[in-house]
Amino acid sequence: MGNRCAVIGVGQTHYTTKRRDVSIAGLVREAAVRALEDAGLTWKDIDAVVVGKAPDLFEGVMMPEAYLADALGAAGKPMMRVHTAGSVGGSTALVGASLIQGGVHDRVLVVAFEKQSESNATWALSTHLPFNASLVVGAGGYFAPHIREYMRRSGAPDHIGTLVAVKDRQNALKNPYAHLKIPGISREMVESTPMLWEPIRYLETCPSSDGACAMVLSSERAVTGTPAWVLGTAMRSEPIFRAGRDTVNPQGGKDCAADVYRQAGIADPRRDIDVAEVYVPFSWYEPMWLENLGFAAEGEGWKLTESGATALDGDIPWNASGGVLSSNPIGASGLIRFAEAALQVRGMAGEHQVDGARRALGHAYGGGAQFFAMWMVGSDKP
Amino acid sequence: MREIAVIAFAQTRHSATDEGLTEPELILPVLDEVRERSGLRTFGFTCSGSCDYLAGAPFSFVSALDALGAWPPISESHVEMDAAWALYEAWVRLQHGDVDSALIYGFGKSSQGDLREIMTLQLDPYYLAPLGLDQVSFAALQATASGAERAELDEIVRRSRAAGRDNPYALDLPDPEGDAFEVEPLRPYDIAPITDGAAAVVLAAGDLARELCERPAWITGIAHRIDPHYLGMRDLARSASAAEAARAAGVGKGHVDVAELHVQFSHEEPILRRALELPESTVVNPSGGPLAANPVMATGLIRIGEAARRIMDGTAGRTVAHATGGPCLQHNLVTVMEG
Repeated sequence: MGNRCAVIGVGQTHYTTKRRDVSIAGLVREAAVRALEDAGLTWKDIDAVVVGKAPDLFEGVMMPEAYLADALGAAGKPMMRVHTAGSVGGSTALVGASLIQGGVHDRVLVVAFEKQSESNATWALSTHLPFNASLVVGAGGYFAPHIREYMRRSGAPDHIGTLVAVKDRQNALKNPYAHLKIPGISREMVESTPMLWEPIRYLETCPSSDGACAMVLSSERAVTGTPAWVLGTAMRSEPIFRAGRDTVNPQGGKDCAADVYRQAGIADPRRDIDVAEVYVPFSWYEPMWLENLGFAAEGEGWKLTESGATALDGDIPWNASGGVLSSNPIGASGLIRFAEAALQVRGMAGEHQVDGARRALGHAYGGGAQFFAMWMVGSDKP
Repeated sequence: MREIAVIAFAQTRHSATDEGLTEPELILPVLDEVRERSGLRTFGFTCSGSCDYLAGAPFSFVSALDALGAWPPISESHVEMDAAWALYEAWVRLQHGDVDSALIYGFGKSSQGDLREIMTLQLDPYYLAPLGLDQVSFAALQATASGAERAELDEIVRRSRAAGRDNPYALDLPDPEGDAFEVEPLRPYDIAPITDGAAAVVLAAGDLARELCERPAWITGIAHRIDPHYLGMRDLARSASAAEAARAAGVGKGHVDVAELHVQFSHEEPILRRALELPESTVVNPSGGPLAANPVMATGLIRIGEAARRIMDGTAGRTVAHATGGPCLQHNLVTVMEG
């Protein structure tokens, strides 16, 4: 894992459907300035900048980091651009942390964004002829069959997805940056919305958001303010077309979690972790990832959700921020998970703070459930 | 810093036209080759560089994992940059000390689209891209600003193409001729050719490198810097970020036998020579450089591979590789290697 690394600043924009008032540069700069303010630093204190986002087709700007160098104060510094599909926000944090763990820099600014209103995400996500039959089903159409297979294997009752959809939106009401705020959100409300991709209803999906998230990462000697210490980092990838791969409970996710838990000294995730920010873009991915990440035995994840254990007042709150179901600037969604985990252990999560959170998991996944990025952060120096 | 070396390098026999291979088909042979040369089947870290816009489809790097046979799942990342930056990310990762080897690869099929127009989409989408300036027009602005002499540019192209003809992996391009301009002052032959291709490199740390390779190409310095995007913010006659990266990488700390420079337009060579403060005695682009083969997204990594190869085969003692990205040499990475 190398040298110690800490999160010393977090900045987010208010996630919303369309940020017509800012350019892409204005959007990322807003998040970056807030992260610098949180760390009590200025642009000149930053050694390097790492930018992450999902496919460039989302905004129609190829390799936008070249254009964003000016707005992110990167001129004269090293700048990197990460792209690992939906997990990219998490990977961006990990590449930034790596620069510190490797002893190359003392302070790194990591920024991830998506301005989905600039384009059409479902079109931009779909591979077209001549590469593939163009189904234009988007992510929901791709993942719905995996969810149905999970339901078949586990025997989970139909309403579990609804519970997650309600729980995460209730949490979002406590998060000032969350996109979807639905007062009075209820099971009846979710169940009354149209079925998009069986069994995913409209309110069981993530929104399309404009937004950016930034963090200032620091070496031990350059820490300012309240640090969240990085206790473990890991990435895993597996091939999309491998015949033997289990897309419902992917090996890559299990291996990635095992790696990060080993580094952080986590023996029993449900007991040893206080709060988790996990990439749940469709409600059913909460029970599925509960199993994949070892919080529940295989086939048992839905029972944890049903029992209320993952609610804000449960024993292992998942997505206290409202999660991806409440805010989804795609390329930033992973970084938001990592940043929210840091906010929790810094005790700075405001109304959605989990009392006494000392160890938190940040998680992101992408591609055909084949790319994984995770980190553990803690309030105590490792 | 931890001792890290290039211990294997492979590239495709690059082609000027689409040969009907998919990207995974393009990559697979070079991956096999570096596995064979390094003797490693698995790697502590894997990182690649590619660009969705070349194919006009998202997730170019996803199917590459199938060529890689990434099973059991691997520790892997991807940059939407030239694969030279994937190598930089891997070098940083190896500094952690817990893994000792890394596989890096890059690939691009620029034959599939109009590269010159595609590169326009890299510009500021509000103020620059709508002007419709393409990559060659931008380069021509820089060529004019640099004040390069026509005879000097012709000699650079003649030398690069001759070297390319001697390089089995580069394209066979004739000596430059004709006096028509593509965009004044650039002639068609001043522009790197459209090329399809891929490349792979294996990095190893310390004792593992010594064990697997007779003459590892030790990376004694590696650094990169980016300039402001807006051309009006820069002195186009020079490359401040290349000069700063070269200083940070320690180019001037010893004699440079060979320099492989990411020269996509002939006039960039003198700009880079000055930025890196290379003496006359340094041999520049003995492979032919990008003017003889330019598989976009792998071109920068190939510079590192070619510069490393000359140390591994014992023909050079200290070499420099340069990679670039962004309009008019905006972003520059410099790697110094020694035997």
